[in-house]
Parts: sequence; C-alpha cells; structure tokens
Amino acid sequence: MSYTLLIIVLPAIMFLILGLLGGKMKPIIAGTLGTLSLAVMTALSYFTAYEYFFRIGKGASGAYETLMAVEPYQWLKFTDKLHIDLGIMLDPISVMMLVVITTVSLMVHIYSLGYMKGEKGFQRYYAFLSLFSFSMLGLVVATNIFQMYIFWELVGVSSYSLISFYYTKPSAVAASKKAFIVTRFADLFFLVGILILSYYSGTFDFQTLTALDAPYLSSFVGASFLGISALTWAMLFIFMGGAGKSAMMPFHIWLPDAMEGPTPASALIHAATMVVAGVFLVARLFPIYLFGAPEVLTIIGYVGGITSVYAAIVACTQTDIKRVLAFSTISQIAYMITALGVSGYSGHDGLGYMASMFHLFTHAFFKALLFLGAGAIIHAVHSNEMDDMGGLKKFLPITHITFLIACLAIAGIPPFSGFFSKDEILAAALHHDKFLFACLFLGAGLTAFYMFRLYYRIFWNDTNKHYHHAPHEAGATMTIPLIILAVFSVFSGFVPFADFISADRMPFEAHIDMSVAISSVLVALLGIGIATAMYFKKTDMPDRVSNGVGNFYKWAYHKFYFDELWLFVTRKIIFNCISKPIAWFDHTIVDGFMNALAFVTNSTSDKIKGLQSGRIQQYAGVYLSGALVIVAVFAFCLVCYICGY
Amino acid sequence: MNLSNYLLMKPELSLIAVFLLLIFYDLFASDNAKKYYFPIACLLFLVHTVYCFFISKDVLTAFGGMYVTGAAQITMKSVLNIGVFLIFLQANEWLKKPESIFKRGEFFMLTILTLLGMYLMISSGSFMIFYIGLEMASLPVAALVAFDKYKNNSAEAGAKYIFNAIFSSAIMVFGISFLYGACGTLYFDDMFQSIYSSPLIIMAMVFFLSGLFFKISLVPFHLWAPDVYQGAPTNVTLYLSTISKGAAVFALMIILYKVFPALAGIWQPIIWILILLTITIGNLFALRQKNLKRLLAFSSISQAGYIMLSVFSGSSAGMSATIFYVFVYVFSNLAAFGVISAIENKTGKVNMDDYNGLYLTNPKLALVMMVSMFSLGGIPFTAGFFSKLFVFMAAMESGNPWNTVLVFLALVNTVVSLYYYLLVVKAMFINKNDSPIETLNTDSYLKISLVASVVGIFCIGVINCFYEYINTVSFGF
Repeated sequence: MSYTLLIIVLPAIMFLILGLLGGKMKPIIAGTLGTLSLAVMTALSYFTAYEYFFRIGKGASGAYETLMAVEPYQWLKFTDKLHIDLGIMLDPISVMMLVVITTVSLMVHIYSLGYMKGEKGFQRYYAFLSLFSFSMLGLVVATNIFQMYIFWELVGVSSYSLISFYYTKPSAVAASKKAFIVTRFADLFFLVGILILSYYSGTFDFQTLTALDAPYLSSFVGASFLGISALTWAMLFIFMGGAGKSAMMPFHIWLPDAMEGPTPASALIHAATMVVAGVFLVARLFPIYLFGAPEVLTIIGYVGGITSVYAAIVACTQTDIKRVLAFSTISQIAYMITALGVSGYSGHDGLGYMASMFHLFTHAFFKALLFLGAGAIIHAVHSNEMDDMGGLKKFLPITHITFLIACLAIAGIPPFSGFFSKDEILAAALHHDKFLFACLFLGAGLTAFYMFRLYYRIFWNDTNKHYHHAPHEAGATMTIPLIILAVFSVFSGFVPFADFISADRMPFEAHIDMSVAISSVLVALLGIGIATAMYFKKTDMPDRVSNGVGNFYKWAYHKFYFDELWLFVTRKIIFNCISKPIAWFDHTIVDGFMNALAFVTNSTSDKIKGLQSGRIQQYAGVYLSGALVIVAVFAFCLVCYICGY
Repeated sequence: MNLSNYLLMKPELSLIAVFLLLIFYDLFASDNAKKYYFPIACLLFLVHTVYCFFISKDVLTAFGGMYVTGAAQITMKSVLNIGVFLIFLQANEWLKKPESIFKRGEFFMLTILTLLGMYLMISSGSFMIFYIGLEMASLPVAALVAFDKYKNNSAEAGAKYIFNAIFSSAIMVFGISFLYGACGTLYFDDMFQSIYSSPLIIMAMVFFLSGLFFKISLVPFHLWAPDVYQGAPTNVTLYLSTISKGAAVFALMIILYKVFPALAGIWQPIIWILILLTITIGNLFALRQKNLKRLLAFSSISQAGYIMLSVFSGSSAGMSATIFYVFVYVFSNLAAFGVISAIENKTGKVNMDDYNGLYLTNPKLALVMMVSMFSLGGIPFTAGFFSKLFVFMAAMESGNPWNTVLVFLALVNTVVSLYYYLLVVKAMFINKNDSPIETLNTDSYLKISLVASVVGIFCIGVINCFYEYINTVSFGF
C-alpha cells in the first residue's frame, strides 16, 4: 500500500512547483499540471479504496482493520512513550475521505480551468488548491492527533489564502482574516485538549487512544477540574476545535463571509471537505467520546441539532445565493454532527455513526454540485444576488438540470442520494432523543423550502427579466464536472454504506425505517410546495409573508445578530478587560525591560569601545593579564579552600 | 615501531593523498591543463569528504596512545570536511581574479595543511601530538590571512595574527611544560590519573587552556579576532571563524573531558565567567559595527560563547550539542559570508549602508542573507534555533542553579544579538537607497554553496537524524 504515500506527496510537490515556478509558466500549463496530478491522485485513491475495502482491509473477525500504509516515522521525541510520528493510516473513514476529497478536488480543478480563465494569479490559485489538497489529505490519513493538528492548521492556512484570493478587495481580506481568527481561536482549544489528553494518556497515537480497553483511561481517574473529569474537559476542548472548523454555533460566523473566495474554492473547501473536518475529528475519536466522555457526546448532539435549525432558518432569508448555500452547508454539517451525537457503538445502535459518514459522503457531492452550479450562474450573470436573476432556465439548460438534481438530493427526495443518508440520520435521532429528532425534522422541511426558493428564484420566477448581455452556458470544462457530480448525486445513495463503515467496523444491516422515510419525504414535499406557491411566479406573496412574521424575519435576515454579538464580546469585553491590561503590561514592563536593556547595552558598548585599539602590544597585554587574573583568583580560592579559611 | 600503525590514520592519509595530488598537479601540469584545477581540487576534496563518512568508527589507538580515533573524532572531522568543501566552492570567484589566479594552488594546499593540523588536534592522545597539530593549524593560516599581500589590510592582518599566535603558543607551551613537570607525563590517559588540584597545576591548566581560548576567541583572548577577520580575504575569514574555531572547540572539549575531569570544579567556573564575558562583550561590540565583516567577526566571538555553553556541562548531551552547534554554525556562517564575498568580489562594498535596498536588485542574495541572519539569531525554524535550544538544554541538564542563571543571561544576550542581525535584514529589505548595488551574476560554484547552506539551515534542525546520529557518537566524563 506504500503507493498511498504518492497521494500525499504529489500535491505537496505540485504546490512547490506551481508556487515557486508558476509565475514563469503559462497559466494554462500550470492549470493542466495541477489537474493532471490530481487525476493521478484520484486514480490512486480509488485503487486504494478498492484494495482496502475488497481485498486486504478485512481482518479475520470480519471487521475492517487499521492499516499503516506508511509505517510511522518518529519525528519529535519528548519521552520514550510520547513522540510525534508521521505516517499514513488507512481505516474505513480515512479511505472514504480519500475518495471524497480527490473526487471533489478533481472536479474543482477541471471546473476552475474554465471558471478562473484570465484571472490574475491563476497559477497562484492552482498552487493554493494543491496546498489545500495536500493538507486535507494529510489530515485524514494522520496516524496521531498531533500530526492531524499540523495538517489541521495547514488546512486553515490554505483556506485563508484562498478566501483572500482577490486580495485587492477589502471585503475578501476582511473575510479571510475573520475565518482565520475564528478558526484559530477554536483551534487553541483543540491544542489545549490535545495537551490534556496526551499529558494523561501519554500518547498521541490514534490506535492506542481509541482502543476499547485502553489502559490509559485509568490514568484519568481522580484528575478533575471543577468537578468534571480531565478527560471530559479534554474531549470538550477537542470538540470545540472541530466546531470551529465545521462552523458549528457559536463559531459559525466565519463561513458565510468566506464566500468571498472564488466559487470553485468555496465548493471544495467550504462545502465538501474542510468544513467536515470537525465531523471527521469526532468520528476519528468516537470511541473515546462514547465510552470516556458521554456527556460531551450529548453536548455535541445538541450543538448540532440547534445549529441545524438555526442555519436553516437563516438560509430562508438570505438573498446572496452563495450565502444561502453557506448556511445550508452549516445546517447539513450540523446533521452529521447530531448523528454522531446520537450514535451508539455496535450493530444497529451504531446507525448514527454510519449515517453521519454516509451523509458526509453524499453531501460532499451534491453540495459541491450546488456550488459549482452557482459558480456557473454567477459566471453568466456577474452577480451573486437573487434579484439579478430569474428565468435562467432557458439560458443555462445543463446548469439548470444539474442544479435541480442537487436540490432534490439535498431536499431528501427519493431516489436521490440525500434521501438515504438523511433518512438514516433521522431514524438514528428518533431512537435516541425526541427533541433532536424534532429539530432535524423541522430542518428537513426548511431545507426543502429554502433550496427550492433558491432554485425558483434563479431559474423561474421573473421569466421576463431583461439581461444586458444574454447569459449563456459555460464551456465544457465547467459543464462536464457538473454532469459528473450530478451522476454522483443521483447514485451515491445506493452505496451499501453499512457494509463498509460502522463505529465498531463490523458490517451490519441498515434498513430504511418506513415511517421515518415517509414522514420526512412528506415534510420535504410540503417545503417544496410552499416554495412553489411563493416563488414559482413573481408575486408579492413573499413580501406579505415576511411582513406577516414581522421582526422574526428581520432577526433571521440578520442571522440573529450573531456577528454583532461576537463583535460586542470582542470589542467591549475582550479588548477592554483582557487585551488592554495585557497591552499595558507589554508596553510598560516587557518593552521597558527591553528598552532598558537596549540603553544599558548601547551606553556600555560606547564606553568600552577603546578596548579594541588595533595595537597588538595592548592585545598581548590584555591576553596575559587575563590569564594571570584567572590563575590568581582560582589559585587563591584553592589555597583558601585547602587551608580552610 | 610498527608501520601498520599509520594505516589507522585513515582520514589523515586520505587528506595527505589529496594534498600530494594537488601539489603535483599544480607543479607539473601545463597551463592548459590547469584550467580545470579548481573543479578537480573541489572534486578530490569531495571524494575525501565522502570517504571519511565510511571510515570505520571503532575506537582505536596508534603509536602507543599518541593517536586516538573513534566515532566522535570521525564525526568531528566530517563536520569540518563539509565546511571546508563548501568554503572551497565559495572561493572560486575570489581565486580566479588575475591577482590571485597564479597562486590558486597555494590556497588549497595551505588550507588542507591546516586542516591536517586540526585532524591531529582532534585525534591527539598526547600533548606532544596536540601541540604539533595546533602549530600546523595556525602557521599556514597566517599565510592565508596575508594571502592578498599587496593589500595593506591583508598584510597587516597577517602580521597581527602571527604575532598573537606566537604569543599564545608560547604561553601554552609554558603551561604544558608545567603540566609535564607536575605529572611526569604528556599522555592524556596517564595525566588523567595523576592530576590533582594545586595552585601550580591550576596555573599550568589555565595557561594551556588560554592557548585554545585564543583560537576560539573567547574574551579576553579575543582581541586579535576582529582586526584579523576584517583584514583577511573573506574566504579566509570564513575559514577562521568556522573551521578553525570549530576544530579548537572540539579539541578543547576532548581534552577537558579526557584530561581534566578531576579539575572540573575549577575550570567550570572559569568557563562560566568567560562565556558570560564573551557573549556579552561580543554582542556589545557587534552593535556598533558598520562594516559587515567586522560585525560578523564580533558575532562569531559571541557565538563562540554559546558553543562553550554546552562544552562546560561535561556530559554526553553537552558534546552532542556542541558538535551540532558547530555543524549548524558552519552552515549559517557560510551563507552569510558567501553573500558578503560575492558582493565584495564584484563591487568591493562591505559596509552595512551599501546593503540598503539590496532586496530590490539582488533578491536571491538578500534572501540567503536573511535566512542566515535568522539562523545566527536563532529564530525558529531555522537550524540556528534548534542548535541554541540543544545547547541551552545541555547547559540546564545538571540542574545547577548557576547554570540556569547563565542560560538566562545568554537568552537575554540572544535578544541583543537579534538587534544587529535584524539590522542587516532591515538594511536589505526596508532601507531606501538611491544607488543600490547593481544586480550581480554570481558564479555557479558559489550558487551551489549558497543553496547547500540554505538547504542545510532549513533541514538540519527539522530533520532529526543529524542530531540523533551525533547523539550516538558523543561521550561525557
């Protein structure tokens, strides 16, 4: 399996080549190089998946085993037990992620050849895409939590660079800073969590950490803070890191703004791959959460449930199409998080875990498709606002069909892929927690509503709209990825996921719960029906409805003032109560010490400069007297010591 | 005497072979054939360097204990070899000038001879052979310093060097003779057993050590260094400040560990004080320098203090930290001096003000210089950060509170040193200049050397196998 290493190494090399030499290449060559390397990686990932799932992954007991494709290389050693290794680990979820990431990334690479054509910094864009692919792939195959953390931060950096790709635009720069600071703030907790966990357990290694009868768990006994055990704190902090990357409440504020980046990059990073890193993290450490810190798992479930409804409500009111999709992403990721929160371990109890990964898988395709479709639309009308669109059905036939498929998939209409995964999440939630089920169920209806609101406002509604330049369908480089992703969105639901991925890694029988399935389809159809009534034709009904609900609409439109809340917390509380004293300390004490040091140094330096006169008589004199003084002092000390004075 | 003893001296034999080949080539080849003198000399030396990696690492003694070799010695020699090879690569531009091309061979031969002397210092098992090695390593250096003898600076520096070297050598022999008188032997192993602490032996030891302190340029034995460094041709300065200094540190370390452990209670405080003086005074003088070569001369004095920081702990970790520090220091200094010599050879400019705005005209040279300044200052993730880290760790290892104080003072000094290192970076990147140095074409040997140094600066620290390897060969007392 050592060829798996190539999947990681290729994009790293490509990043260096494109980053260092890209400026000297023609844009098209840089783009083709990047795309070709990704095609190779995709092929290798599929081959790895085939080998792993069908040939060598299954152990004697029938469960999928963890394989080391590249034996961990000991990189930094702290103690004999605690060391940071670098290696490549294959297990069902990491292999599944390899497939998802390379597929979506390849589509985005191809699509960008058309979408980014003629942009300034085309080569830079491809270099960053390679960097991102490298970091994301490195993240999923990490053998230990510290390696994961390294790539976790790299992912953050590449996301930052892609959001601020149009760095001359102030809003893009502000968005990239916001994304970086918010996720970095959350990552701080992640790091603290890692430190607590490794301090007590004495290891970073995932396999040791997630073993069921792990002996280290006993070392946590008696370690507690505020009456809560250290393990719970550690796992809570680690989840906060995941919540930052996955844009869970209250860390979700960066994701909508991150839409300032180029649309294909949003499709890759902020829809399909990076934002699910938090889900992946929880899934990776799932046994610890389940057996070591079940309280945190409950919190995780509730954070997910509330976020899913919140984001769905906000998505209904947004008018920028990319922002609608961004909130939809938050809501869908919250589904995955909730599913993990309600999951058990073995057999059908572990449905939530499987459903979460399944939804991650299907969501990656249809959400990437939605974003790429939105990109094609923006490309055609040069605007993100719904008001500038309408009636595009006749101008963009391919985009229209693929977009519709994606909408049906995300709304959970059978037989599209979203139906299967969402249905299983709902079933898992129903058996575990009625409140969470209610949240998700409401979210499902809202999802159908806002997706079709989006769909109608773009493709129908104002069919007589007059365009300055008649919009036209994009070229083949952009439509082919749309078609391929549409195929994935239709068929990926038929993958028998429970055979491959489960919490205890044993295949189990997951059947569709008919009552849940029927009711969820009904609520989705209801959502679509309302959307059709309101938006299929241009009427004044939307305005009447929004006036009808009054302030609630305004709140939702302003995302329930979360940004303002954060600004208040940072500007008023953190700046005044924490930052100002620290700044004072820095200016007065730290700088004062340094300035005093500089002053003393400088004046002494001035005083003694005569010592270096250039006369060798003096040099010899200093030399000799130096030696003699040393002798005198130490010989004298010795004599004193011997004589006992 | 058994002649097969000679066969144990493999690095020395190989080096002598290179030396003889080069001298005959230089003497007898036609002018036409000499066109390839430089690449062939470099290649031969590279072969020698690579050969040294593969020499058996067993601990062996020859000539009744006069000569000692082992894994640590071979590693130290290899570190020096790598440095000398990169210096050779950098020298081409200077040597191919019309005023020095006819004596190009001499540069190689003198350097190789001094290197041979350093090998003997490192491998010595007796003060006799050590002293021969030391003299062999310092007399040809005087000729190297005065290599550009038609230049007043260079001639003056040569004279200063030779006078000071003789002076220190005399004091050193004086010390050795007293040691012999007190212990009745010159062999390290025998002296180790018969040494005891008395005022006479302390005096002898201090006089002896001062000779090595002179080579390492510890305060107050450092006064020669800035004048000589400034006057000597840049490549020779580089050689003096890295290889010559590194060899002296290695030899000092071995002798302290092998001969004077019984007096550790005496020499540790001595070195404690000298380190503090060296780091501080080196920094204080460096702050005021406008001439880059002189600045780096003082910086190298202060760096010597950091090197000694790990020597005086006397442990195995201390030895590995020292070797590692020298290894890293060679690369950092090579990069800095490489840039300086490239600019000096083309334009003759060595002042900091001349470097203003260098980034605009010579971005690559400016970046190399920046990386090396970062490494010398110890900014993470350059190798300089790791080498300082290991040195501090080795010094703190014993848990002695005085060592902690020293490490703290050294840390404060690191901040001071950052000031002048960053001043160079500021000059290159921020300061404006109406007439910056024009865009230069450097020769490809220099390029290889600079690239190797930069790669070294980034890789040696992050890739742990270097340190791990050095760790396996080190010993303490």
